[in-house]
Amino acid sequence: MKELNDLKLKLLELLKEDARRSPALLSTLLGVSEDEVKTTIAELESDHVIVKYAAVVNWSKIEDEKVTALIEVQITPERGRGFEGISERIYLFPQVKSVYLMSGAYDLLVEVEGRNLRDVANFVSEKLSTIDSVLSTKTNFILKKYKQDGIILDEHEEDNRLMISP
Amino acid sequence: MILNEDLAKENNKSMESYLAPLVRDIAPSGIRKFFDLVSASKDIITLGVGEPDFITPWHVREACVYSLERGYTRYTSNAGMPELREAIGKYLYDSFRVSYEPQQQILVTVGGSEAIDLALRALIVPGDEILIPEPCYVSYSPITSIGGGVPVGIETNAENGFKLTAEALEARITSKSKVLILSYPSNPTGAIMTYEDWLPIAKVVEKHDLIVISDEIYAELTYNEKHVSFASIPGMIDRTILVSGFSKAFAMTGWRMGYACGHKDIIAAMLKIHQYTVMCAPVMGQVAALEALTNGLEEKDRMVDSYNQRRRLIVQGFRDIGLDCHEPQGAFYAFPSIESTGLSSDDFAQRLLVEAKVAAVPGNVFGLGGDGFLRCSYATSVTQLNEALDRIGRFVDQLKKE
Repeated sequence: MKELNDLKLKLLELLKEDARRSPALLSTLLGVSEDEVKTTIAELESDHVIVKYAAVVNWSKIEDEKVTALIEVQITPERGRGFEGISERIYLFPQVKSVYLMSGAYDLLVEVEGRNLRDVANFVSEKLSTIDSVLSTKTNFILKKYKQDGIILDEHEEDNRLMISP
Repeated sequence: MILNEDLAKENNKSMESYLAPLVRDIAPSGIRKFFDLVSASKDIITLGVGEPDFITPWHVREACVYSLERGYTRYTSNAGMPELREAIGKYLYDSFRVSYEPQQQILVTVGGSEAIDLALRALIVPGDEILIPEPCYVSYSPITSIGGGVPVGIETNAENGFKLTAEALEARITSKSKVLILSYPSNPTGAIMTYEDWLPIAKVVEKHDLIVISDEIYAELTYNEKHVSFASIPGMIDRTILVSGFSKAFAMTGWRMGYACGHKDIIAAMLKIHQYTVMCAPVMGQVAALEALTNGLEEKDRMVDSYNQRRRLIVQGFRDIGLDCHEPQGAFYAFPSIESTGLSSDDFAQRLLVEAKVAAVPGNVFGLGGDGFLRCSYATSVTQLNEALDRIGRFVDQLKKE
């Protein structure tokens, strides 16, 4: 794993806060040239440190039907490949939003998104559970998201300071 | 027939006559007047706020909540919790190499403002002259007057980065001069003083036997050079009352937690006033302050980093607009010159508010040398800063066409 320099770390922090910041703005904020910002971002992208630029969406504001489940999956690891092959087999399904290898009572935590409960249930019973090395699944539906990726979803930016103060 | 309004007028008149002249004659703060104007306006972006936009770090708030759950709700020692004074002493030594004996030389106060008030009241004999480099924080002059002292402003200017010079100081010293109030990093100019800047000032202080109240509330907010405490200059520690607090560095303005450090005789005198007036600083604030000092320095660094980014943005922004702006090295204010527009600070700020919906504080409210400038706080989000700069830019373009 590479150790990132200070500029790279600061760029990542600023882009994580708001990925739409322009190279010109980033160059002013960080006190380096615009070219340096562009080169550094290009490096981060080509090294796959920055994988993608995405928006954090609060779907509950617009789409009641979407259902997300966190599924605890127990696996029999494969000789020579451990959990890699089976994880890939699972994450390639488009319904699967994230897959994590976990310590503790189960092996993989799989985040699945569907239009409704039946959609998710079908995926679990027909796709996930039927994979040979899957020993068991335990499906936990998310009832409400309060915070995601470090962002409090319902929080409105509220500045309750006085308009003018000494 | 006597109407109610007449009675009210009569009453107001007579009540005013009871007021102590020292208090009655204090002019209302320029900031207050502008605050009233801003409060009546809508859809304003404000650069007028003299406090961090961060909320006090969660671990600090949580420590306070937990202490309340455990029933920590009583008086503390008048001078403050011993463990907090120990922590302040250690922090000052680690950060600025000034050494105080915590139990005799450190007093925990209700904000830095109380500490300054106590220091002045402990020192002033009516008629004493108190030297105040300006532009500066708006309270020094009024609290000097309330204490019976005579504020003597020393003008600093943009040409030398709003630094105090030994010549300017010496020029204002008379036989009545007793106290010099220093405040670097400076609100409103963002100026700082280096070790080399301090040395000649220290010589003048010694020569004229002055006592220094050094308000170092913004000490943590410096960007290119580390803060140098005036108390750390050789020979100055016993002549200096170092005042600071938690408001700015730890985003704790509402907690009102400050402290004063100095010679034990002066701190003892300040403690006398403190114990008969406020008794002790609120225990909840003291618990929070202890947590901030013990576990909050990393979080503070993160905030300083963020101010630094925004500092670059606002200074660059003003320069792009065509307004001269010296580079502030501390605090979180830019102090651009609006002289090129031909308007006074008051006129510029008022028109900016009405026509561009941006609030900033006119520089003249901060005393000598402030007219022709605008105080703009960059303790606000990058999005808001960008929008404010856009609006100011359009406003200045409009002025040029007039």
